[in-house]
Amino acid sequence: MDLLELARGPLLTLALAIFAAGTLWRLVAVLRLPRMPDLSPARSGAPRPLAGAARAIVRGMWPRREFGQAAMVTTFNGYVFHIGLALVFLGYAPHIAFIRRITGLSWPALPDPVMVLAAGATLISLLLALWMRITDPVLQQISGADDWISWTVTFLPLVTGMAVVAGPSAALLSSDHVVFRGPLAVHLLTLELLLVWFPFGKLMHAVLFAFSRAATGMRFSHRGVEL
Amino acid sequence: MNAPAAKGSTPAFDQQGTQSDSARLDAAMTSFVSDFGITVGLHLESCVRCGLCAQACHFYLATGEPRYTPIHKLDPFRRAYQRQASPYAPLVRALGLVRAPTVADLQQWQELIYDACTMCGRCTTVCPMGIDIAELIRDARHGMFKAGLIPERLALMDRTARQWGSPATPAEDLPDILAEVSAEHGVTIPCDLAAADILVTAAPAELGDHTKALADAARILDRIGAKWTMHQGGFDASNVGFNNGDLELQERLTRALIDTAVRIGAQTVLLPECGHAYGAARWEAARWYGQAPPVRVIHMTEFLDEVIADGRLAVRRIGGTATFHDPCQIVRRGGLEAAARRVLAALGFELRELAAHGVTGLCCGGGGGVVSNQRAAPLRQKVFEIKKAQVEATGAERFITSCGQCRITLEMGAKHAHWNRKTESLLELVADNLAD
Repeated sequence: MDLLELARGPLLTLALAIFAAGTLWRLVAVLRLPRMPDLSPARSGAPRPLAGAARAIVRGMWPRREFGQAAMVTTFNGYVFHIGLALVFLGYAPHIAFIRRITGLSWPALPDPVMVLAAGATLISLLLALWMRITDPVLQQISGADDWISWTVTFLPLVTGMAVVAGPSAALLSSDHVVFRGPLAVHLLTLELLLVWFPFGKLMHAVLFAFSRAATGMRFSHRGVEL
Repeated sequence: MNAPAAKGSTPAFDQQGTQSDSARLDAAMTSFVSDFGITVGLHLESCVRCGLCAQACHFYLATGEPRYTPIHKLDPFRRAYQRQASPYAPLVRALGLVRAPTVADLQQWQELIYDACTMCGRCTTVCPMGIDIAELIRDARHGMFKAGLIPERLALMDRTARQWGSPATPAEDLPDILAEVSAEHGVTIPCDLAAADILVTAAPAELGDHTKALADAARILDRIGAKWTMHQGGFDASNVGFNNGDLELQERLTRALIDTAVRIGAQTVLLPECGHAYGAARWEAARWYGQAPPVRVIHMTEFLDEVIADGRLAVRRIGGTATFHDPCQIVRRGGLEAAARRVLAALGFELRELAAHGVTGLCCGGGGGVVSNQRAAPLRQKVFEIKKAQVEATGAERFITSCGQCRITLEMGAKHAHWNRKTESLLELVADNLAD
């Protein structure tokens, strides 16, 4: 069993298991903390709690203009990163083939030029995020190990992925042998590193954001406040 | 009570009691853990350290100092959570992944938790994760109080309120104070009636410098023919315990209001123009009763809005331009943004909104007890400059608010800045312009 077989086989299984179990455990453990219900009478005309939660989830997608350029830049960069990453992960033909191998699910791929643009934008947004974290005094003050680790494990699959792109995706998929076995194994290993880290660090916000916004939305809508 | 202060230019910390450092730490940790519920967990788990909360905090905006970043103010509380209650707490402790908070940390953070946070919650409105940092600060204050690590000025008010039921005056002096206010302003303020429909409460300043507010409330209540009283059993709604993190006092002061109202058969507790009074009584009273309180708790602004809207009170239109400072606990955390504006409209003002208003309005800088904490005055004065600039930018003729504590903070700021603008009370404007 060479490195690629190891990365495609037992290590991938292990990473997925840690990802799934860890994510579930973290979510369930938080939701099992004591519930402190708000027993105060709701403001007359206040929306139902779930409506308040839904509104807060949607409202949290864009900052208010009062918070200025810094908030806009951070948010815009975040969108570039998240959308770019989603396009690369879900739209690139070899990735779809990879997902089909594991789950049996597949969908049409996006054209390669779109993938190149998306990967480039994602990479630039990540580098910009790193630059801001290094140079911004506020981010210097509040950053910790989780921030650096999370950035690194997100960055690695992108750069290692770009290293194995050696031509049109159709050619890669139609080849009767794996091109760049070693680099592809490294790419897979970095993905597995991300999966393993996900439940332990701030990447988990991908799951938690909705719960966190919803909790605040329920608290404030109960009071008749539209945050 | 001893109050050793740190030397040099860094802000001092105070401490109360004579317990050992380890006892202080234990007390804080026990309190922190008792507050680690689902919402606290979700909020502490979901932070991505984007730093946007700094862009909303008046203390950061006024100083540019990164340590005033709201989420940073929670650092010891967050570390306690990660070590004691987070999903991987055993792993975190076993591997020493997160440093345990120390008494020195708590002492150092006292300034950030008490002097540099008004619990205004503006940071909540910018946080992409919706983290309610103000609520977490309030929980952190519970532990700080238990550890005997709060600013001495607030501790003094706490001790006074525990003894008197108010930081302003002993309950037994209330009848005399009300008699003096009645004589001075030509109104009658009933005290200790055995039965009434409305229990009227006061903010500490209204028993001292702002007595006109009490007289104005009396005029309005009499005008609508209400059967009301003030009462020694529960008269000060400001709730020092709520601000300080003293849950026991918070409960006692809240129960004093609600239980007194029940005893005299009142259906309504009317809160004064005070923000934290609203937070404590309107939204938190239920936690002490295990259910919705048996009486309606209503803020003065809400009350004015209702009686004007239903026609029980008519006001003259003043006209001209005005701008309005939104008290955080009443508007952003209380939901009365529209109510205040309807009253302003009834008074005929052309409202010129501040650049930051409504749920994103900037705090006066004195909430959460900061106005009473004289050590925080230099910081407050820097914050005031932002508000001053925003008010001037509107070009409005009048500057109005509906919270006595905001008013005091803004008046103090104006005095320090030699700014010749008066901060007016919405209640007083209504009372001064009752239509025949």
